[in-house]
Amino acid sequence: MTAPALLARAEHAVKGPVWGCQMCGQCVLHSTGLTCPMNCPKTLRNGPCGGVRADGNCEVKPEMRCVWLKAYERSERLPMWRGHIDHLRPPVDNRLKDTSSWFNLMTGRDRRPPAGWAANADVQP
Amino acid sequence: MSNLERKLASREFVVTAELPVIDGGGQAEILRQLAPMRPFVDAFHATDNPSAHAHCSPLAVAIGLLGAGVEPVMQLACRDRNRLALEADLAGAAMHAIENICCLTGDDVTAGDEPEARRVFDLDGPQLIALARTLARGRYLSGRPISPAPHYFIGAVENPGAPPYEYRVRRAAMKALAGARFLQLQICYRPELLARFLGAAYDTGLGERLALIPSICILRSVAGMRFVATRVPGIEVPPETLARVERAEDPEAECFEIAYELARHALAQPGVAGLHFISFRQDAGIAKLCTRLGIPPRVEREINGYSAAIAI
Repeated sequence: MTAPALLARAEHAVKGPVWGCQMCGQCVLHSTGLTCPMNCPKTLRNGPCGGVRADGNCEVKPEMRCVWLKAYERSERLPMWRGHIDHLRPPVDNRLKDTSSWFNLMTGRDRRPPAGWAANADVQP
Repeated sequence: MSNLERKLASREFVVTAELPVIDGGGQAEILRQLAPMRPFVDAFHATDNPSAHAHCSPLAVAIGLLGAGVEPVMQLACRDRNRLALEADLAGAAMHAIENICCLTGDDVTAGDEPEARRVFDLDGPQLIALARTLARGRYLSGRPISPAPHYFIGAVENPGAPPYEYRVRRAAMKALAGARFLQLQICYRPELLARFLGAAYDTGLGERLALIPSICILRSVAGMRFVATRVPGIEVPPETLARVERAEDPEAECFEIAYELARHALAQPGVAGLHFISFRQDAGIAKLCTRLGIPPRVEREINGYSAAIAI
């Protein structure tokens, strides 16, 4: 087994049980109040959709609390990264699925949005 | 530059409306649907499989609206298309000189009549807005150039009536940052939540960056009100509002009265740039409501000017 694959296995062993990590390979947990946005049935990366129910539960899974409602509440309680929830996160790079975001963080691979997106550099507040 | 963009930039009051869904019938069907509300409306939204029900595509309907001599707003939702398909429809819209684009995340497939379908959501609403701006800057997402670069007037949608209420204005600010210049507000049967959103938007100066347009829905029956209350994601109808229609001798008149009250309330809020009307059936409801609100027909507004403050 290669080093990146080993790292992916270790990452999933830790982040799976704790955050329900879906191994997107481009982790944004720090900016979402340590709530994995890939557990949103719509896999939204930039906040709650307009379908959140009045009781705070998910449009798609009525028995589940909205992932982004949790993300917002937790991000407000985190001592650091508080404003980061307002940052516009780029589209998911689907090629990174099931790879280690730790490894991709080290190599910078998780911060390589498409060239056209990168030209939108003014999207950060 | 579209009329909608020009009017909102010069702070003229605008009226937009949703064209009822089209399933065929050609240009004649579009003309038939337009007829009763046409004199009052500045731009018509071509919807994108609303409530996850399949209908004619928004690009096809927007082209039909242009052919009918009215200005379209092409809605685009993230539910049914990946980023390539969204780029193709954006480029296709520009090809036909359709500039007004309204970007939505979209209801889930489970809200519709084909819940077994695969949901896409390759992008989310804010990313779709940024994608439209990327194209407007002369690039596909890949960076490949588009020449000439298309011009879009990009809009978005936000729901002031869905939790987390206090976060909705910040999410709208994110959409402004991504490139949205107008913001449709989802139908809201809890006026206090609309007022809360618009108050916060005013206080934070959001209305300076985004034209805020609340939506008013004109229903006609108890069944219609029940459908919206139970089946449309993110819309909460208070039990007393539903009971009002159920108890009424004339449910259609009561529904109209509720729409009128909500519209009056919306117009009384700070920073409202216009109103967006939704009526699920082809009828004269929108024209009647505009008249009752004191909003003159489009041509009259253009000649004499109009400030919404007159209506309240």
